[in-house]
Amino acid sequence: MQKIGVFVCWCGSNIAGTVDVGRVVEAVRQEPGVAFAADYQYMCSDSGQNLIKSAVKEHGLTGIVVCSCSPRMHEATFKKTAAAAGLNPYMVEIANIREHCSWIHKNMEEATEKAIVLARAAIAKVLKDAPLTSGTTEVTKRALVIGGGIAGIQTALDIAEAGFAVDIVEKQPTIGGRMAQLDKTFPTLDCSACILTPKMVDAGANENIELFTYSEVESVKGFVGNFTVTIRKKARSVRADLCTGCGECTEKCPSRKTKNEFNMGMDTRGAIYIPYAQAVPKIAVIDREHCLHFKTGKCGLCERTCSAKAIDFAQEDELVTRNYGAIVMATGFQMIDPSGFGEFGYGKSKDVLTSLEFERLMNAAGPTGGHLVCPSDGRHPKHIVFIQCVGSRDTSGCGKPYCSKICCMYTAKHAILVRDKYPDVSVTVFYIDVRTPGKNFDEFYRRAVEEYGVQYVKGMVGKVTREGGRLKVQGSDLLNDRQLHLEADMVVLAAAIEPDPTARSVASMLTASIDTNGFMTEAHPKLRPVESPTAGVFLSGVCQGPKDIPETVAQASACAAKVIGLLCKQKLVNNACVASSDPLLCNGCSSCEKVCPYGAITYEERELNDKGVRRTARVAVVNEAVCQGCGACTVACPSGAMDLKGFTNQQIMAEVDAICR
Amino acid sequence: MPLNTSAPAQTGEYRPLIVAFCCNWCSYAGADLAGSSRLTYPADVKIIRVPCSCRVNPLFVLKAFERGADGVILCGCHPGDCHYTTGNYYTRRRMTLLFSMLDYLGIERERTRVEWVSAAEGAKFSATMNDFARTIRALGENRKLRDLRCGN
Amino acid sequence: MRELTNAICARAKELLQSGAAGRVLGWAPGEFFYDPTPGVFSEGRLNELVYDGFTAANLSKYCIAESQKEGKVLVLLKPCDSYSLAQLVKEHRVKRENIYALGIPCEGKLDMRKARAKGVEGALSFREEDGQVVFETLYGEVRLAREELLLERCLCCRGREYAGVDETLEYALPELPKRDRFQKVAALEEQTAQERYAFWRGELSKCIRCNACRNVCPACSCVQCVFDNPQSGVAAKANSTEFEESLFHIIRAWHVAGRCTDCGECSRVCPQSIPLHLLNRKFIKDVNELYGEYQAGADPAARPPLVNYTPEDPEPSAVLERGRA
Repeated sequence: MQKIGVFVCWCGSNIAGTVDVGRVVEAVRQEPGVAFAADYQYMCSDSGQNLIKSAVKEHGLTGIVVCSCSPRMHEATFKKTAAAAGLNPYMVEIANIREHCSWIHKNMEEATEKAIVLARAAIAKVLKDAPLTSGTTEVTKRALVIGGGIAGIQTALDIAEAGFAVDIVEKQPTIGGRMAQLDKTFPTLDCSACILTPKMVDAGANENIELFTYSEVESVKGFVGNFTVTIRKKARSVRADLCTGCGECTEKCPSRKTKNEFNMGMDTRGAIYIPYAQAVPKIAVIDREHCLHFKTGKCGLCERTCSAKAIDFAQEDELVTRNYGAIVMATGFQMIDPSGFGEFGYGKSKDVLTSLEFERLMNAAGPTGGHLVCPSDGRHPKHIVFIQCVGSRDTSGCGKPYCSKICCMYTAKHAILVRDKYPDVSVTVFYIDVRTPGKNFDEFYRRAVEEYGVQYVKGMVGKVTREGGRLKVQGSDLLNDRQLHLEADMVVLAAAIEPDPTARSVASMLTASIDTNGFMTEAHPKLRPVESPTAGVFLSGVCQGPKDIPETVAQASACAAKVIGLLCKQKLVNNACVASSDPLLCNGCSSCEKVCPYGAITYEERELNDKGVRRTARVAVVNEAVCQGCGACTVACPSGAMDLKGFTNQQIMAEVDAICR
Repeated sequence: MPLNTSAPAQTGEYRPLIVAFCCNWCSYAGADLAGSSRLTYPADVKIIRVPCSCRVNPLFVLKAFERGADGVILCGCHPGDCHYTTGNYYTRRRMTLLFSMLDYLGIERERTRVEWVSAAEGAKFSATMNDFARTIRALGENRKLRDLRCGN
Repeated sequence: MRELTNAICARAKELLQSGAAGRVLGWAPGEFFYDPTPGVFSEGRLNELVYDGFTAANLSKYCIAESQKEGKVLVLLKPCDSYSLAQLVKEHRVKRENIYALGIPCEGKLDMRKARAKGVEGALSFREEDGQVVFETLYGEVRLAREELLLERCLCCRGREYAGVDETLEYALPELPKRDRFQKVAALEEQTAQERYAFWRGELSKCIRCNACRNVCPACSCVQCVFDNPQSGVAAKANSTEFEESLFHIIRAWHVAGRCTDCGECSRVCPQSIPLHLLNRKFIKDVNELYGEYQAGADPAARPPLVNYTPEDPEPSAVLERGRA
């Protein structure tokens, strides 16, 4: 005989403000199987949990229903409470009367009625609950970091520091990512390369870190603690074990027309190249698409030049398969292509740049050696106009609805750098709002205005046109309610940032979810910001949302802490809600095996005792350590032999019954 | 106890019964987000949590109708974003065929629906439920499937 | 027809003597001439084997039980039946190593209901002559054109290809009509929802839940049917739910979707003449249109459509956009 206790939480006024909890208690007392019902202000509090524990003991409860907030919030809490009271934690069901009821319904009568129905459904389910026990699995003590920018590097260094092996997969030939392209960093104006490259070197040299550059994740199988990842090491056509990074070959290469990605295409590189002087690993790579040898079969100059005999035209992609306990997404961002915004003339005039291009133009290692000149004709500019929010906070559909967060600050940085180095150049910034939350951020912006005399104009630019070799900028000055017509030599667009496009396919392999903007979804927006909803997958850096460098590094380290926490565990407790097959009902048809995404189902010949009759049959067997409990198999099974513990056919039908009663 | 004193629903007004199966990872979380964003939808909608939309057996859908539901909606992760990689792809085929069969039998095709709602789409969840509830209210009570039985 | 029967028996005898099989699964005379029933024959009883216009029964389902027994059984399969066996083998329901499948030719089977509808009463026996079926009745002889008496499924015969048989018996027979098997489904789809509802309500309300359709169906071969399992949550318990009654046919069609070879046995055996094959064919037509042509049993390696997907599959809402509301 089941004895169910129902505990109705007020959640202060969150629930009790719209749901008459007293009536819910009265109603559920009438339900068959309910031996106890009570309400309390905060069921999740210590005293609320004590109320549950003492009721379990006093009334000999066999199962518990908590009518409260979403099970995604406190199911784990109440399972622990039940366990502490000596109940099996799987004898707990939650009726979500907050998110699914009190918060969305305004009418008390309606909300109370619905809360009672939801409570009944939970009671119906708990009456069919069975005690479950979880198995355990080992944890592979190695982490994979996907993306070798500052986020990935920081996460990997922290994990390595804790003594665990970690691999970084980076699609580019070098780690370093976007930060390597930056000139100075706000608000301190220290040189980006100066603070990044030592970390790159550390990552390359750390004995716990292995770099897979010019590599991509090919496939991911498995689950938390036990991922199996295949990495495609793309053929560099250069032997990493022999190349000394001397760069001879890169200078001799006759193919010189390839746009240099590192300098945002503002200059060119050879078909064999080293992305930049501080690249880690410093190994040349042949871009086969542009290499004369690969295109025509001739040339081979690099091969003849290389004294280390490192050139290997026959090199093939290599697939490496490894096991990992945890996977970190650190796939970063790219800048959107602003040519979709025709009014700014990007792509039409070379003197209209994105901020990242401007960053390279200012950089001593950039295409102009750090001399600020107009890309169109090399003249020294007199006036530069910066336009903010290009494609950010844009609900028109052309851009991104979100704030890219870093543009206000780097534009202030650009303005200061220009004014500092070239006091003769005047700078105007068009902005919608200037957002400077961050340590010393607003002070930095004020310096741009007050010390460096940067003209900030609140308003948007309507048109940028070329006129007589210069640019004409037409914009509105909202504070003074007038139209401005400015002559400029350069226009710099603070284009929105968006998640790197590779994130989507990788996330798909990891079964980690992505939000409407393509950023990775965190397990909880406030409380679990560095974990993805998929166990064992963690988020580092801008792949989760726009961030500046300090925030990225902070999140990267937080992410590492979570990974270390996971890798430190000796064993992981498995999901107890796994599929199980009744051999007496199993047809042996293999339908379940075909739909299982984890390969958790196999078939065996078994000797069965079918109500006293002995027979051998081919039956499905579930590997409980591998099963993740999706339930795909249960529906593929026509005989109903396959069922899912914790979400059995009977339980779900009981819920349907209770709701439709 | 703090009480909200808004008026009770009009008596006698037709209130449909809508069962919504929501996958734990996306749509149930989307429903939670609708809740925490206070995006309302009719109380006619009652949510049943399943680990994945692929856990929903056509039997459950039919059972809901048989027990008096006027509309049944399934919500899962967007195709390609399934927490279990492929579950919602199977759901899509299964429900396409099931709904096609119900339509073939002459059951109003608007009574069944599948929507993909991510954990970030609280607004979509609320909008979907509002729209579905409005559709079902307009259709009225579901008699057909109950009457379409053997031997009566 | 006698000639063909003799040829079958002769080959069966050879196979039994060669040790390829120990017994034969074929058709034995029934209570009436028009209801021969499946039977197992030893070599000595082969002369009792029947193969004529009424041996419509699909023997593949019997292979499930027969293949569990000692020794090998020789099963006679008409072309359409062979797909059912192949599907069962694919689902590991039949121990293929205990089966010797002999594909036998078929010129279409006859429907006694059609004969009765055409006025054949008190029939005592029948014979076939030049495309005509001659019934000997209490009231004299009645001659009817063979084509008018063909079973529904034989009017849209899928052809004389066999799936997965060990050998076929060659024998020249006249061609069968090849009507579009989806014509009636398409016609229903063209109707309004109200018309379709009226049609199905009229048909399904005739059901007496005798389970004949389920029991004859080779795809409905679960160790235990969900409708017989009180634990399944759908089986009827007295006074508890009318679920089983109301939705039996939808669930049955659902459970065999992607596995049904369209053998038509369900409609043939229905004592109430409910066109049950129209439910199965609806699923087959949808699968073909939405996911590409698929014939259950044809390809042992092909993934059945319901345990398969492509990322580009149409959305369920596509159903709402097709056809008439």
